[in-house]
Amino acid sequence: MHEVMVAQSVLAAISAEAKKQNARPVAAKISCGVFSAVSSDALRFAFEAISKGTACEGLKLAIEQKPIQAKCKKCDDTFAFDLHKPNCPRCRGDDFELLPDEPLILEEIEFEDK
Amino acid sequence: MRKVKVGRKILIANEEYALRNKSLLARRKMPCLNVISSPGSGKTTILTRTIEAIKDRVRIGVIEGDIQTDIDAQRIRTTGAPAIQINTDGACHLSAAQVSDALQKLPLDKLDLIFIENVGNLICPSAFDLGETAKVAVLSVPEGDDKPAKYPLIFATAAAVLINKIDLLAAGDFNIEKAKADILKLNKKTKIFPMSAKTGEGMSQWCDWLEALTNRQSR
Repeated sequence: MHEVMVAQSVLAAISAEAKKQNARPVAAKISCGVFSAVSSDALRFAFEAISKGTACEGLKLAIEQKPIQAKCKKCDDTFAFDLHKPNCPRCRGDDFELLPDEPLILEEIEFEDK
Repeated sequence: MRKVKVGRKILIANEEYALRNKSLLARRKMPCLNVISSPGSGKTTILTRTIEAIKDRVRIGVIEGDIQTDIDAQRIRTTGAPAIQINTDGACHLSAAQVSDALQKLPLDKLDLIFIENVGNLICPSAFDLGETAKVAVLSVPEGDDKPAKYPLIFATAAAVLINKIDLLAAGDFNIEKAKADILKLNKKTKIFPMSAKTGEGMSQWCDWLEALTNRQSR
């Protein structure tokens, strides 16, 4: 629901990097934790709409959704938390702590050759 | 083609304001609870009843978030507590910048606790940090006991979950044990308060928890 706002921040970050590199960006990869409640399809749609007429128009945006990690209090293992199987995959323990969600990260950009 | 690794956090403007709010609240040792739920779960009624119940012990200020109108702020003001209304004009959640403005307008010197009543929405507000000291989720009986499983984010991150309208338990098939188990699966540390803001049942445990919160952070 709020993907346009996120898309604006993504566009600003890519544009700033493109300016530094003095090249046209054609693809970019970002990642975010699932708890950011960002829908990949909606974000791509929003980005396409707001990048029209900018140096990022037509850029292919790849989004990696990172699962929330949990740390088992019994065996200290860290695992990708799955609501439907909320047990430690190693010791089956059910006492764990959810780790902070991954922030939105601009992972890499592909630039056109000059 | 030339690939460039960046690996940098994309700072959404919201986070900067959230950090500012967080440090203001920390400086004042002021607990600030971001209350999140679906529309109609009874957030405002819970707040007015809570304020009335602990007026003599805890001075409360409220930041009200709604898409439109100041109906909720008016309801809060009838208790005598200060309330600042924010209208998001269509946006699905409060932003940290809006809360930062509202914090300037509240008489912080005369308060022990701040509630932020977020826009009625179980999804988006959970993803936006306002700089609050903790989140509180409200789930009401008519919504159904499957909500923690279907909307896990808020329940996984809330310091307390209020199960409101328990006076309606007999009228439906809400299984309170199932709801509690699903919440605890996501979040072992959360405090669950079954209550009815309407009849007052269960309110005193919640009020005690709030009072303990202000004592822990007391100046």
